[in-house]
Amino acid sequence: MSLILVALLPFLGALLPGILIAGGRRTCALGTLSVTALALVGLVSNFPALMAGETVTARVEWLPELGLNATFFLDPLGAFFATLILGIGLLIIAYGRYYLSRDDDMGEFFTYLLLFQGAMVGIVLSDNILMLLVFWELTSLSSFLLIGYWKHLPEGRQGARMALAVTGMGGLALIGGMLILGQIAGSYDLTVILENREAIQNSDLYLPALVLILIGCFTKSAQFPFHFWLPHAMAAPTPVSAYLHSATMVKAGIFLMARLWPVLSGSEAWFWLVTGAGLITVVIGAVIAFFKHDLKALLAFSTVSHLGLITMLLGTGTAFGAMTAVFHILNHATFKAALFMSAGIVDHEAHTRDIRKLGGLRHLMPVTVTIATVAALSMAGIPLFNGFVSKEMWLEEALHTEMFGPVWLVPAICTFAALFSAAYSFRFITHTFFGKKRDDYPSHPHDPNPGMWLPPAFLATLVVVIGCAPFLAEPLVKGVTGAVLGSTAEVPSYHLAIWHGLKPPLFLSGIAVAGGLLLLLLHRFLQKGWDATPRPEAKVIFDGVVGAAVWIARRITCILHDGSFTRYAAILTVTILAAAVHAYTSGDVAPITRAMQQPSVVAIVTWVMLVAATGFLVWKHHNRFAALILLGIIGTIVSVAFAYFSAPDLAMTQISVEVVTVVLMLLALNLLPPRTPKESSAGRRLRDGVIACAGGLGAGALAYFLMLRDFVATPISAYHLDNSYAGGGGTNVVNVILVDFRGFDTFGEIIVLGIAAMVIFALTEALLSGPVRARLLNRTPNEPLAGDRHPLMMVVLTRVMMPVILLVGVFIFLRGHNMPGGGFIAGLVVAVAVVMQYMASGFSWATARQRYPYHGIVGAGVMIAALTGLGAMVLGYEFLTSSFGYIKLPYLQEFEVASALGFDLGVFLAVLGAVLLSLASFSRLARRAHDTDSKYAMDIDPSRKPTKREGA
Amino acid sequence: MELLVASGIGILTAAGLYLVMRLRTFPVIIGTALLTYAVNVFLFASGRLVVGAPPILMESASDYTDPLPQALVLTAIVISFGMTAVVVVIALGAYLGSGDDHVDDQDGALDTVRKLENVNR
Repeated sequence: MSLILVALLPFLGALLPGILIAGGRRTCALGTLSVTALALVGLVSNFPALMAGETVTARVEWLPELGLNATFFLDPLGAFFATLILGIGLLIIAYGRYYLSRDDDMGEFFTYLLLFQGAMVGIVLSDNILMLLVFWELTSLSSFLLIGYWKHLPEGRQGARMALAVTGMGGLALIGGMLILGQIAGSYDLTVILENREAIQNSDLYLPALVLILIGCFTKSAQFPFHFWLPHAMAAPTPVSAYLHSATMVKAGIFLMARLWPVLSGSEAWFWLVTGAGLITVVIGAVIAFFKHDLKALLAFSTVSHLGLITMLLGTGTAFGAMTAVFHILNHATFKAALFMSAGIVDHEAHTRDIRKLGGLRHLMPVTVTIATVAALSMAGIPLFNGFVSKEMWLEEALHTEMFGPVWLVPAICTFAALFSAAYSFRFITHTFFGKKRDDYPSHPHDPNPGMWLPPAFLATLVVVIGCAPFLAEPLVKGVTGAVLGSTAEVPSYHLAIWHGLKPPLFLSGIAVAGGLLLLLLHRFLQKGWDATPRPEAKVIFDGVVGAAVWIARRITCILHDGSFTRYAAILTVTILAAAVHAYTSGDVAPITRAMQQPSVVAIVTWVMLVAATGFLVWKHHNRFAALILLGIIGTIVSVAFAYFSAPDLAMTQISVEVVTVVLMLLALNLLPPRTPKESSAGRRLRDGVIACAGGLGAGALAYFLMLRDFVATPISAYHLDNSYAGGGGTNVVNVILVDFRGFDTFGEIIVLGIAAMVIFALTEALLSGPVRARLLNRTPNEPLAGDRHPLMMVVLTRVMMPVILLVGVFIFLRGHNMPGGGFIAGLVVAVAVVMQYMASGFSWATARQRYPYHGIVGAGVMIAALTGLGAMVLGYEFLTSSFGYIKLPYLQEFEVASALGFDLGVFLAVLGAVLLSLASFSRLARRAHDTDSKYAMDIDPSRKPTKREGA
Repeated sequence: MELLVASGIGILTAAGLYLVMRLRTFPVIIGTALLTYAVNVFLFASGRLVVGAPPILMESASDYTDPLPQALVLTAIVISFGMTAVVVVIALGAYLGSGDDHVDDQDGALDTVRKLENVNR
């Protein structure tokens, strides 16, 4: 099976549990199980090629320009991790099926689990490091969902948040580090990076890259000083803890260190940072674990400790260290997953995980006890269990590691950690299972359903098999070690065996076990001392740091973003002006190349009118109706200017838009206060005036400079002029550009216009269904209502004009391709005709006569435009290619039909629908306020027989 | 002629900016409408000013003005109507909802945050 499919399967499968849960918990679990099993089978199907020494790859080009390709590769290291992830995943799903109670949403749980699984598989199979980073972030996100799965528990939410904050922060650092690495190597493909050891280690950027990558790995793998999040993540359901903290999430950091081992390891910095952090972590984790009363907390700190052990081994930079690390990854995954599951069983059956409330369970749940004891003894490093073999190799490596001077120091520290490790393992066994049977368990513990104990039993079997016959695991371990080492070193000839003779590591192991037993005997006494010692509490520090960061962020945000829109506008204007002044003073101003044209008298008069209208507008803007009228005058002057400067289409568009805009504003003013109060102080007005004048001066000067100079480059307009008739079949070049040359732009624009109208409609709906509705109903109008609101003269006039305007609309529409006009203008003109009916006879009268909803008209417009475009594609042209021909119908002149006409029809309908939908929405607000409905077209109608009430 | 158009653009911009910096929603909307005119005319003027040469192909005509800025400005005019309508409905909704048509947050963001923090405590 292709690697891409293996990586994608869990993601695709994540859709299933949510659906399958409808068929019951069993179906849901089986569906999830089969997805993971299928992915595992797909993975295994690649193993023959792997055994033959090949590296399996799968590649999809995605964004090759950015070096971002979906490239997967499978080598023994990736295969080892992927098998662990999917294999233990299978066991966890089976276990989770029985662990979750009926109150838990199993579909949601398995969806998150599969998402997480997919992200993990993605990390270990990625060849492209950018893609690896994406998967890395996905594990942070999906583990957040998993840890916080029990949303009702505050610990769960806080633990999830802390895990996300720490690993997410590390992820950011990792992105930086990996990008540097990719820059040095000149490629974002891992396979290429791994071959560039020399270049990377000699680069000046090696140290920053290393530090950043290690922050990423340490946060993920809970290494000192980032170890504190892991115990808090224990608030998650136990299957999650077992999965995340034995085989997957926390191993991602380890995986990456192993993956990059050939290029990063071997330097002083690597040794000190990685071995140092590992050594500290292994001791801290082991010591704290011994004093924890919560079974899962004990296991969490032991996980921290064991991860430190693996990190330390990777840090030494020797081939033997790497091999030991690989072996311990395998062993730790088996015994720790089994232990977590056992702790979960105890919790599930006894309803407590507090070691002080437990004990004597061996009489009640013999199967669980056997499994847990086997796994814990392995963790303690007792012979015949797999933990012993790798722990001895670790001590062997420690004996060859020198740090801080004395040769005995590192072995001593490691033995100390191993001693505590043995001690907490013994405590886990004895205090939970041995001792006297109690009669105050919160529940009645007994061995659970086989579905729950079979998965850990399987792992316990592996623990014993590898422990008794380590040589069985040797080919696997050596194969993976070979992949970790790459071409940097040979795989050591060391054989995995229980007995290596009476060598120093054996003595150290002996000391550790004996010391562990001694500590267990002294536990009660030591615990008292521990409890009495003050220690920094990680969560308090973390919460304090987060709280302070939030406080600072809030203050900064509030100062910069204080809710004063007018201030933003002023700052924005000043900033743009400053940039403009800088550009003007630092750049060159080209010489004037165009002569100024002589102004005509008409132009001067129009200019004077514009200045006067604008001046009055600013002066009298407190009177909103006056301001609106002046705005209409300015709009009209602009449209006259367009007409004067050879733009008839623009003039027609501007004037019709002006009409609908003024109508719209009038509708709004109906509900807004009629006057703007004078509030600004003189100083403020002066400030605003100065800024505004500077802005106006800048805009005017820019326009002036621009207009007196020729084009910097030859404009593409000549092409449009040349091809408008030949290619587009129209003589109105502006219209041909709209519907043909740049039809795709226009298509987007009518969609935007339609969306704007829908937004207005939706907002109106929201307003009318909220508390505003009541306020509107109780509102008194600003102005007294006119007595004759639907006057006879106006009604009759608009009715007479309606067909005329419609005819004009059709005319403008049809001639648009050749003469000024087109869909935009026709749409606006027809909209005006309809709006006139609204104004004359009222909203409800007009609505009652409306056959098609405006939403439908907008939609139909967009659809027709799209279909015209698609029609060209059906005929084998590009989207929106226009074609045209000439038709002669009887009694009519020969006329032209262009497919662009269909597109223009779409534009027409979309504009018409959008304008009317906006205006109608406003009318609905007004009608809710104080516009009493009238079913008659006009208030006084001589032809209507008076009803009794009206007559009276 | 160029000076007239340029000064017109400048006056419209200045008036628009001044009104945008007012305290109530309605003048701000009027101000944005003025800015829209200024920007549209500016874009149009980037095709340079030509009198009496509309881009309608005719056998009698020898010279045409630049049609491309016209096409761009035409859609801009229609879109700006949509934008104005959306802004107006938002302003209207805000006024009807709160009985206040100030554009600025009257409390100030910091006060709001302090209030929230006190509530949390």
